[in-house]
This record gives sequence, structure tokens and C-alpha cells, in this order.
Amino acid sequence: MRPLLFTNARIIDPGQDWDFLGRLLVENGIIAAVGQSLEVPEDARTIDLKGKWLVPGLIDIHVHLREPGEEYKETIETGTAAAAAGGFTAVACMANTRPVNDSAGITKFILERAREVAKTRVYPIAAVTVGQRGEQLTEFGDLLSAGAVAFSDDGLPLGARMMRHALEYAKSFDALIISHSEELELSEGGLMNEGRISIELGLKGIPAAAEEVAVFRDVTLAGLTGGRLHIAHVSTKGSVEIIRQAKARGIKVTAETAPHYFSITEEAVIGYNTSAKMNPPLRTEADRVAIIEGIRDGTIDVIATDHAPHSTIEKECEFQLAANGIIGLETSVPLSLNLVRSGHISASQLVRCMSSSPSQILGVAGGSLTPGSPADISVIDSDQTFILTLESLHSMSHNSPFLGKELQGRAILTLIDGRPIYDPEGIASPHQDPL
Amino acid sequence: MNCLNVCHILGISTLLPEEISLILDTAESLKEILDRPIKKVPLLRGKTVVHLFFEPSTRTRLSFELAAKRLGADTIGISAGASSVKKGETLIDTVRNIEAMRPDVIVIRHPYSGTPYLLTQYVKSAVINAGDGINEHPSQALLDVFTVREHLGHIEGLKVAILGDILHSRVAHSDILAFTKMGAEVVVSGPGTMLPPRQSQVLGARVVLRTEEAIEDADVIIALRIQRERQDQSLIPSIREYATFFGLWPERLRLARPGVLIMHPGPINRGVEMAPEVADGPYSVILDQVTNGVAVRMALLALLFKKGE
Repeated sequence: MRPLLFTNARIIDPGQDWDFLGRLLVENGIIAAVGQSLEVPEDARTIDLKGKWLVPGLIDIHVHLREPGEEYKETIETGTAAAAAGGFTAVACMANTRPVNDSAGITKFILERAREVAKTRVYPIAAVTVGQRGEQLTEFGDLLSAGAVAFSDDGLPLGARMMRHALEYAKSFDALIISHSEELELSEGGLMNEGRISIELGLKGIPAAAEEVAVFRDVTLAGLTGGRLHIAHVSTKGSVEIIRQAKARGIKVTAETAPHYFSITEEAVIGYNTSAKMNPPLRTEADRVAIIEGIRDGTIDVIATDHAPHSTIEKECEFQLAANGIIGLETSVPLSLNLVRSGHISASQLVRCMSSSPSQILGVAGGSLTPGSPADISVIDSDQTFILTLESLHSMSHNSPFLGKELQGRAILTLIDGRPIYDPEGIASPHQDPL
Repeated sequence: MNCLNVCHILGISTLLPEEISLILDTAESLKEILDRPIKKVPLLRGKTVVHLFFEPSTRTRLSFELAAKRLGADTIGISAGASSVKKGETLIDTVRNIEAMRPDVIVIRHPYSGTPYLLTQYVKSAVINAGDGINEHPSQALLDVFTVREHLGHIEGLKVAILGDILHSRVAHSDILAFTKMGAEVVVSGPGTMLPPRQSQVLGARVVLRTEEAIEDADVIIALRIQRERQDQSLIPSIREYATFFGLWPERLRLARPGVLIMHPGPINRGVEMAPEVADGPYSVILDQVTNGVAVRMALLALLFKKGE
């Protein structure tokens, strides 16, 4: 492969404090050099990015790929194709497959399939408990040896005792526990955020407290045990405040939110819109604003999508019966860029939330453009507008409240080890070669 | 106004005050049919009304069926047990099949909120919501407003108290919307577990914690049915305690305006929501509500057909 030289690139790497217009050279799948003027090998192919963003490959640490078991919703192949099209070079996939990823065999199967068909890197997250039943810990050591990167019973909250033991046992391996923090006794039967709109629609509500008491419990247990805790999909103002205080007290906790929690509110449910049904539910404007503030001040470390594909069978039905969750891989970049455009966060903060912090929290490669790193790169046109349509989606499912909406900013080139995995405009394709 | 704007009756939330008045006026003119020796007019001859009841119902279903028959329509119905829903077919498929048989109106009761709204996206027939989950029960609210107007002559300026499980009652939701749209002041009360948390207002009604405060100077009191399973959900400690502290007893009634109308959507739990002597007392209009239910539902059918033509 000939060396690739990107010129006129807006090079952003929060770890190096880089945000400048310059050049980046990829050689043998490695980032060889970065700077404003570089010694360029004679055979290098030059790509003029005309000011577009060149950032470390985005990493989504919360994705449901549905394989094995629910391949009619998504597969490792289609899910990672959607990821690549969204600018991601790596995804961490949740354990709630069928069967549940609770043993080394399943983890190995996922990695094997990923080697065969995946566009991006795939990092399996294993279940905390066998069958996600909350009764017995999975074999953390064995699962980590097989390639799991973290543990989560996402979708099914752990009981307090099990959470304590998980955090304690994980310390032996310096492993990460990702918590779906929800007090089921308070959320049971709930279909959307509890408040004015849930009453207007006659839908049973899920109070913000159902999340907040669980977040408080979990950070308290992280404090008790010294285990590494990551709070998934933070959706309320109160949760942001609890995590902020926990961090101030020195508790080892990190947190993520999803683009929908800072982009839209519970009003999206009006009309019994099942594309706006998720858990935790879309919240109020005050929560939305608090989530943005949490991202801005670093309380929330990561923007993850919680990409949750469902077919029309699960979504074109009574609201009460509809499955929770929306797809997110192909809308995360434009929605997150809104925060930069509105001046809430810098471009560098965005890259930190979508690449550097995810790689650090999971302990996986990437998240940096320093010379010597694998050339996992996303090129983003922050200005390009597009309408999200069924045809434009690479995911097998299309359960998104943003369908039909105009969005601004998208990945135009995604590289892994210097190889293009998404290049719709043929920017990096060899037949563009002058030779 | 002599025609509805809406093509479906999904809830009071979608009706304008003028549409509510039109429905009441139409019901008033149709009500005398019920007292004729031959209780039938050919207004809807050759039309078909399908009743889909996915939840048990006696009076609402009977009332809708009678209303359609009084106007000369053919009626058929299924209830959840008899429908194909149990055979694994989705609701949308069930309804598309029914639609393929060319009905004119579908009346639906369903345990899940928003289901009538969902139907309108898949069928051409007019849809009437006969109660969906904890959302709305518009025909009940319309007959309640009709009954009050019939007895007191107007709605504007009245104080209407609604007592019971405000949070989980579709009757409460529709009643609040209907009475406030028609200019009444609505005050709701019940046990704290049955009121919206930390809200002084719900859908335009004032929320008060003391039953007495709600009843004071009320022109109308609507007591909602307490579902016995609420006890198991820890919403109330016991039926007995509910009756003592939140029920309508003669001494409590003295706080209301003289001649206060006593209403209940039924079926009544005697001695729980109200004392038997209140239910059977001189100001109880509970059975008038039932009669008026037929007239109001006739009006809904007549107006939807008029709209469709």
C-alpha cells in the first residue's frame, strides 16, 4: 500500500492538545508523521482535505450488534458497516445477545465473526452474571482472556449485592463494570419519562428517581469497593449531579450519555411515537440542558450511542408493546457536532468524548493520532448536510426518531490500519491514483 | 358549527369547545328517540359499526351497540377472547382484516393507551375511542358534561370535584379536559398515591390533598371507581380505609353547594366510593348518566357519518 498523505487537514487530538491545520502521513497502516510541513515519501498519494476534520477513529463503547441470535435486527456485518459509515473505527458490543455473551465460547464466536465480516474493530462486553440473570458472576478471568473488554448486564440492572461483588471481583483483573443504573421497583411498567407529558398521553411514567437512586447506589458501592465503574446512558439532571459529586470525592467512576439525551426530549413521544421509546426514557428540557453541561465540564466522559436496532415487528405496534431503543451509529456525529456548533464544547472535547476517553476507559488501542499509532482515522465534514433516509442507512433497522430529519456533519472517510473501510466519495480509493 | 373538524373521536384533547357543544346539542335532539315506542330511526341504515373490545366492558359496550342500533346501523363486535389476537396475530393485522370487510366505524376499547390513535394510521374507517389504557374515555366525559348541562343548564362557572384515582383513570383525564374546555373549574383529590407527584395542576385541574377542600362549594361531584387491585399495588392500605377517608359520606356532602349533583361512571362499589344513601339520594344522577350515554354515543356516530359524507 502506498503511503497516504493528508494535507489541509484540521488535525484534532485532545491528548496532544492538537487542533491545527496541517498534514498527516500514513505509512504501512501506521500514523508515520503529523505536522505542518512534513518530509513526504515520493510515492505518497496526496489527499487534500480542504480543512475537513481528521480525528482519531471514533469509538462507540455502547452498541447492540444483535449477533448471535437476533440477526433479523442487525448483524456484526451490518452493525459495523453502520459504525464505519458513522465515522467509527471500533465498537464495543453489549452482552444481551441470544445466547447471552456470558462465556468465553460466545466471546470467541463474536470475535471470530468480527474477523470474518466486521468493517470495524469489535470489542465484546461480557455479561456480569450468567444469562444476565443476576444470580451468579460470569468467569471474568476466562472472558477477559478470550477478548472481552468490560462487563455489563446492560438492560437488566444488577441487585445491590451483586453489584458490590462484581466491583470487588473485577478488581482482581482491573476490569470495568458498566452499569445500567435503574431501580426496577420504581420504573416497573413505565413507558416514558414521568411528568406532564406522560399524563397527557396516558402512559405510565418512569420517574427520574428510578435512575438517580440507582446511580447513587452504584457510585456509593464503587466508593466502598474501589472497583472501576462506568455508568451507561446517563439521562437525568440528578444523575449528572450525583456523578459530579462522586468524582469530586475521588470515586473511580466514569459516565456516558447518548446523543438523543442531549438532542431531544420527552416531547418526541407525542403521537405515541415508538421511535422515541427507549430506556432510560427521553427526559425533560432541564435534563437535556444538564446533560450538555455534564459533557462540557467533563462529568460525562463519553458520548456513546446505545445503538439498539429493532425491526418493524418490535416497533410498528402498540406503544406499550414496542421494544425500547433506537439506532444511533449513523446519527451520532451530526448530533454531537451540534454541541460544537452551539458553542457548548470545543471540537477537541468532542473528540475526547467520542474517541480518546472511550479508548482509555476500555483500555483499547486508538484515541490518538501520535506517530506510531495504528492509522485508525475518521475524516469528518462538519458542514455537509444530509437528510437521514431509509436508503441512506447501513443498519438493517431504521428505528430512529431522526429519520426524515436534516442533519449536519458526517464522516466522509473512515480508515482502519490505513485501509479505507468507508469511503463513499472514493477519496482514498486507489483508482483515484494519478499513476 | 354544524360539522365536526375531527374524523375520529380519539379523546377530548383533540376536540374544540365548539365541537363538544355540537355533540351535546346533537345528543339533546337525538335523546327523545329513546323514549319513543319505536326506538329506531334510519339515519345510519346500511352502515356498519364494528365494536372491538379488548378489555371487559358491560355498560360501555351495550351503550355503544344500542346507540348504533337506534340509528339503524348494523353492528358486529369482537371481544379479546373471541378475536384472533390470541392466535399471535398483531393488532394491526387484525384491524386490517376487519377493515378489509368494509366497516364504516370502528369503536375500540383497549388496555394500552394510544391504541385508537395507532388504528387511525392503518384504517380508513372512523375510529371512536371507547377507553384506552389510562389515557382517555371521551364518550364517558361527553355524557358527564351532557348530564350536568341537562340538570344545571350550563357548564361555565361551575365547580366540578373529581375524587379518586386521578392518576390512573381515563375517566378522570377525559372529564378534566371536557369540563375545563367548557369553562368549569375542576378540582381533583384523592389519596397521595393517586395524584400526580408534586404538581398543583393536572391537565388544567387544580390538585388538592384534602377531599373536603375539593368538595367545598362544589356544584358537581364525580366519584371514580376504585379498582380493588389498587390495594395490592400498595396505592391504598385497604378498601375500608379508602372509604373512611376519601369516600363520599352524607356529612361530607354538606360542604358542597345545596343540590350538588352526584355522579359516578360505574360500576359502583357501594360503601366504598360513596355511601348507599348518597348513591341513591335525591341529587344522584348516576342512572341519568347511563341513559344519556346512549344519546351521546348516537350523536358521535351521527356526526362522524355526517362528516364522512
